[in-house]
Formats: sequence, structure tokens, C-alpha cells
Amino acid sequence: MIRIEYVYWLCATLFAAASGFDLIARRFASAAFWAILAASFIGGDAIEAAASAGNALPAQIAGLGVIALALIAGSGLLRRQPSHDGDAQRRRASAQGLGNRLFAPALAIPLVTLALVLLLPYLKAPHIPLFDPKQATLAVLGVACVIATLAAMALTRAAPLSALRESSRLLDALSWAALLPMLLAALGAVFAATGVGDAVAQLVSAAIPTQSREACVVAYALGMALFTIIMGNAFAAFPVITAGIGLPLLVGQHQGHAAVIGALGMLCGYCGTLLTPMAANFNIVPVALLELRDPNAVIRAQWPTALVLFAVNLMLLEWLAFR
Amino acid sequence: MNYWPLLGVAIVVAGFAWRLNPALVVVAAGIVSGLLAGLSPPDLLALLGRSFVSNRTLLVIVLTLPTIGLLERAGLREHAHAWILGLRRLTFARLLVAYLGLRQIVSMFGLITIAGHAQTVRPLLAPMAEAAAEKIAPELSDPERERIKALAAATDNVGLFFGEDVFIAFGGVLLIQAFFAQHGIELDPRSISIWALPTALAAFVIHALRIAWFQRRIGKRDAASSEKDGRS
Repeated sequence: MIRIEYVYWLCATLFAAASGFDLIARRFASAAFWAILAASFIGGDAIEAAASAGNALPAQIAGLGVIALALIAGSGLLRRQPSHDGDAQRRRASAQGLGNRLFAPALAIPLVTLALVLLLPYLKAPHIPLFDPKQATLAVLGVACVIATLAAMALTRAAPLSALRESSRLLDALSWAALLPMLLAALGAVFAATGVGDAVAQLVSAAIPTQSREACVVAYALGMALFTIIMGNAFAAFPVITAGIGLPLLVGQHQGHAAVIGALGMLCGYCGTLLTPMAANFNIVPVALLELRDPNAVIRAQWPTALVLFAVNLMLLEWLAFR
Repeated sequence: MNYWPLLGVAIVVAGFAWRLNPALVVVAAGIVSGLLAGLSPPDLLALLGRSFVSNRTLLVIVLTLPTIGLLERAGLREHAHAWILGLRRLTFARLLVAYLGLRQIVSMFGLITIAGHAQTVRPLLAPMAEAAAEKIAPELSDPERERIKALAAATDNVGLFFGEDVFIAFGGVLLIQAFFAQHGIELDPRSISIWALPTALAAFVIHALRIAWFQRRIGKRDAASSEKDGRS
């Protein structure tokens, strides 16, 4: 069975390679950064298992690792490397020679993923599924990436080492932005464990006139959007704001439909996701990937969509939830 | 109710406003919130470490990097650019609106990892969008190129967000169902995801109009600037 850990170990290989290339280039801060990340990917499963079994020490060491990663990122020693990918002339000549075949490995990632997801119910050896059933789509994505890498190596006649050199070049270009989604998810967990969400819900529900249905609808929608902006994740905001406002006021006091309120509440949260740098994998990672100068470029490109759509959601909530 | 952990939120807001390094800001906010909530340092370290490693899923996307890197070295972006220039009828707006619709529909069937910023936007959509824009405005300025790439990334986000919620086995829908079940309200996932459809349609219309608008603006700007050049 292809366990999800194998996929994580493959990621660790890429981080370890980046660390190695940075070490050779005497960029010691970057080398340490990727080495710590590689270690947390190799040991991740063991850390989670030990923590569930009551042994907190490995998780504490990982916690120290997280702090070390943040300090290296904050020290400014981790300068983002602009990605030099060969000279433009050679690339243009190569593009002319290879033509549309260049698209094949790039399209292999989505197409192999699609094919495997569709075939998933049939792909099993007797009694054991081929892919980890817990996170099958992720394991499938890992396999698709390996197949695409092999195809790209065959097409460009590249050795495995140059595939690793290319991924290291791109990782150095991404730099700490690559890490931000994981750090923010960890922050979300700390916020949840320390009752930040409950405090926010308490403050919001204390401030609204509960007799007015419109005020409650606005408070719920705004609460979802604002708390998502803070947490960077609508999933984290949903239980807090719905337990604080949606359930007692909209469903309880004003007799709204729970399914409509749940669905549209979540979508109000998504409008918040479009607006916040805290949603790093959607709004900050692409800035690094596309090498944009303005760190908020993606948010700038989507805020009008988010605001208009929020207004639409608000109206839909008012019309559909209280029929 | 202990309101002190809210200081962590304030640190995040201030840190992003002052443009400090986000990684540092986020970890500092977590530590402050945890300590103010009365967690002991060892417990806080363990919480931080465990929740960090349990979110490794978010980085699996790096596995696309070797393919993308090799292909880019071999001229993928240059080829995507040339290919779009050859397709005369494919305008900037048609390209992005088609991508938006496709991304929404595919996400509605739960195929979320099929596209994304690393998989499709950087190697394919962004250079294609740039090439398509060059067809209406041959001399794009650098800020315009930035805005075009950012709009390509934004289009992927909008398509993903307002497609995936319509899929019944999507985590968000199941989260809503589980939440209400916990509070004694039983809901069918289909009855939840159906209410995401009107918003999905609205998202398509709003964002498609904005794309068309953007195209008109750069087209007009180009016409105006070439007229000026003609006079001088």
C-alpha cells in the first residue's frame, strides 16, 4: 500500500537536497533551514505517534525546530534567491526543438491525478487498497508527481541529480513562503487551544442587538469573514462563529434553516480567505512562485470579487434561510 | 473568559502591517497567545511542534517542483507563450474565463489537487495569460505584467473556492454536517452543498466580468499610448 508517509518522505528528500546544494554554495542559513524542515518531515509520523502515546518530548523538540525555523526566516539571512533558470536564448532554442511535447509532463500531473482518482475504487490488491484510504487523493498526487518527474527527465534527457537541482532552485526562490502555510496552521491550533475563538465570538455576540434578524444575519456573515481573515482559514472560523452566533441566534431565536446558514456561512468565510495574507498557501505562496514584487499582489487582484460576492452571500442568506 | 490571548491576534495584525517577516510574526503570536492563556512552556512547545508536523499535507505540493523546474529549464514558459500567440482567437478574457469555469466544474467533482499555483498557474496559466494580453497590448509595462500574473493566481483561487463547496464529500461540507450533528441537528450533505450553487454561479459571473473589464482597460490604455506615440 502506498502510505501517505512515503509521500512525506519524498518531500523530505527534496528538502534534504536543497539543504545539500545550499551547503555546497556556503549558504549556511538556508542549509540549516531546509535541514530542519527535512527532519520534521522524516520524523513527523513518529512525533505524532509518540504524542498520542503520551510522550511529549519528540513534539517539544519539533516545537524548538519551529522556533528555529522562524528565527532563521526572521534573521534576513534567508535571502530569496531569484531563480536563474539558464540563459533565455538556450531556453528559446530548446522550446522550439521540443515544441508541444513540453506540455506533456506538465499536464501529466493533473491528468494522472484525475485518472488515478477515477480508478481508485478498482485499484486494490486482494484485501489491501493500493493507496492509503485516509488520504488517498494526496497519495495519488504524490504518485502523479513522480510519474511526471520521470517523464520530464526522459523528455529533457536530464539526470536525477539535475531534477533535484531544479527543485532546490525553486525552493530557494520560494524560501520561507513555502513554510508559511504550515506555520499558520500551527498558529490556528494554538489559537483554538487558548480560547481565542471563544473570546472573539463572545465579544461579537455581546455587541449585537439580538432582537433584529437583519442585525444577526450581518453579524454572523461579518463574523465569519473577519474571523477567517484573522485565522486564514474558514474551517477554523466556522465552528467558533456558528456556535457563538449562527446556532443560538439564527437557527434558535430566528428559526432559520440550518443547512442554508451552514453553507452560506462557510462561503462568507471564503470571501474572507480571498482577503487575508494569513491564507498563505492561496495568497502569499503564489506571490513567491510568480516572483511578484508586491507581497499583496494576489489579494489586490481579488478583493473586488471578494467584496461583491460577500454582499451576494449576505442577500442570499437573508432570502434563503428564512423562507 | 480570559481575553488576554487575543493579544496574539493583535501581534499578527501589527506584524503584517509593519511588514515584518511573516514566519517570525506568526510563531511569535502563537507563543504570546499560549503563554497568556497560561500554558506552560513545555506544553506550548509540544502543541506548537505537534500541530506543525500534523499539517505536513500543506507542503506536499513541493513534489511538483522537480517537473516544473526541469520543464522551465527546457523552455516550457517560452513555449506556452509562443503557443498562445499562435492561437489568434484566444483572447486574454476567453483564456482566463475558460480556466475559471473549468476549475470550478472540476472542483465541484472533488478534483481539487488537479490544478493549483505550482501545478498549473506558474508553468502554464501565467505565461499564457501574459501572451494573450500581449495580443491586445503589445507593449505591456512591468506593473501590468505583475497585475496579469496576479489576476491569473486570483482566478485559480476563486475557481477553487467557489467550486469545491458544491462537492458533497468535500471537507467543508462534512465539517458543517458534523458540527450541526453535534448540536442535535441531522442534515444530509446534499442539502448543504446545494446551497453553495447560487454563490458558485455568482462568483463565476462577478469574476468573469472583472476579467473582461481588465482586458478592456489594458486594450484602451494601449490604444491611447500608441496614439500619443503617433502624434509625437
